[in-house]
Amino acid sequence: MIQVNGLIKDYGTRRALDNITFDANQGEIVGFLGPNGAGKTTTMRILTGYMPPTGGEAIVAGYDVVEESLEVRKRVGYLPETVPLYNDMTALDYLTFMAELRQLPNAQDRAWETLELVDLDERANSYIGNFSKGMRQRVGLAQALLHRPEVIILDEPTIGLDPAQVVEVRSLIREIGRDRTVLFSTHILSEAQQICDRVLIINKGKIVAEDTPENLQSRVLGAERILVRVRGDADGLDKVIKEVRGTRKVTVKDEAVVEFELTAGQDVRPQVAKSVVEAGYELIEMRPVGMSLEEIFLELTEEKPAAKRS
Amino acid sequence: MRNIWTIAKREYDQYFISPVAYVVAFAILLTTGVLFAINFYYYSQNAFQGFGAGAPDFTPIAGTFVFLLVLSAPALTMRLISDEARMGTLELLLTAPLRDHELVIGKWLGAMLYILSLLVITLVYPIVTSRFVTPGIDWNVVLTSYLGMILVAGVFLALGTAISAMFTNQVTAFFVTLALFITLWWLVGFPGQVISGDSARLFEYLDMKTHFYGALDAGIINLSDIVYYLSLIALGLFTGTAAVEMRRWK
Repeated sequence: MIQVNGLIKDYGTRRALDNITFDANQGEIVGFLGPNGAGKTTTMRILTGYMPPTGGEAIVAGYDVVEESLEVRKRVGYLPETVPLYNDMTALDYLTFMAELRQLPNAQDRAWETLELVDLDERANSYIGNFSKGMRQRVGLAQALLHRPEVIILDEPTIGLDPAQVVEVRSLIREIGRDRTVLFSTHILSEAQQICDRVLIINKGKIVAEDTPENLQSRVLGAERILVRVRGDADGLDKVIKEVRGTRKVTVKDEAVVEFELTAGQDVRPQVAKSVVEAGYELIEMRPVGMSLEEIFLELTEEKPAAKRS
Repeated sequence: MRNIWTIAKREYDQYFISPVAYVVAFAILLTTGVLFAINFYYYSQNAFQGFGAGAPDFTPIAGTFVFLLVLSAPALTMRLISDEARMGTLELLLTAPLRDHELVIGKWLGAMLYILSLLVITLVYPIVTSRFVTPGIDWNVVLTSYLGMILVAGVFLALGTAISAMFTNQVTAFFVTLALFITLWWLVGFPGQVISGDSARLFEYLDMKTHFYGALDAGIINLSDIVYYLSLIALGLFTGTAAVEMRRWK
């Protein structure tokens, strides 16, 4: 349904997308994970026909995004990061307008049905300007689903929503992803793990990993980070930890804290504790710290460039 | 074609919830209305006193209408596309199955429909005059004046739409549009008055008002005037489409 081959996008001299290749099949929910500025939105904008790529090709629903842009746009539902709504229109008028623009028969009926789908039919005649953020997001989703598209592209659909709304939107995405191709971006790792069949990790315009959420999780866990805190000054502690086999990336966090990573498969925490105490430090804390998403990206970019899907 | 109409219809509806459009309508209708009343009063006084100074004329009203357009059309076009870009809805329109030129023509048409609505209201002036004047007024002058007003409005709105597509800030769009209209309506003709020869004629031809005053508002239809206005409309719509397309590359 989506085939991307060697996609490149330059903004002036800056390369935003650097030779990206991936695909997504029908009935598959693919998560697009990456920090801000990684190239997620740019990729999505190219796939939806909003902007042309500098190089490479992208085929969506069987049509080339540059050569047959209108055909692609007919078959894609897109929710941009900033939900594009007209505040001075009612939800029903807005969706009817979009349905007319998509030349759907019985535009108003279709608008109604879609409002029911996102559970907003009771507010059909309220002005969008008065809607809460969650409701606005649902109107945006309704707009993307209006023409029952084969491919749905959602740019950070849960951003800025409260926890209840996040759950709601996630279940809606799972629901619509049963028989369609869904590509959605997020920078929340757990969200990608919950919803997606497959996750693409993008950083600095490159796909650095492509895997199932389960595999990804195990890879991330393989690089566990441990925090060591001592009483008083930790001067020289990093050197002590470095000498223990099975530790790596030892960094001084502050005057009493040092962090290090365990090499996959080697739990050398007892040895580290022993060395620290033997070196004369008063060990008061040693615990695993969760890796931040940025650290995971760093990990993946440094260690395993362009890992292939298993 | 259907897409153009969908965009135009929404834009037209939009004018009726916009304070700017009401202010423009108020200013245009008040000024032309007062002018009509004074004109009518002046001629009727003369007629009563037996001076027989002719019938009230539609020309000053048409002339004032286009003059007011120079000042008010930028306010009508400034937000057409710039505001879509600011709100992020341009992304919605540019990823809908809608061609760039359909968007630009639709926006322009919506603004045109608004001006046409105002023009329909001003029809009351010649109709009332005609009822009180024997043997009636010269409808040829009225019809060509309306053709002229529609063409001038078409040019202003097309150029304004194009400039709106170039900016994200509508205030910037307003002032750039106003500067362009002042240049086309007043400034571009000046060199033609100081120099002579072929280049003077070129500046005279570029001067927008020479194709209206003493021509269309006087009941005269010159093909060159019509071609001039239609070319500028086409230029505006083409430039607007190019500006929208440029946004895709940014």
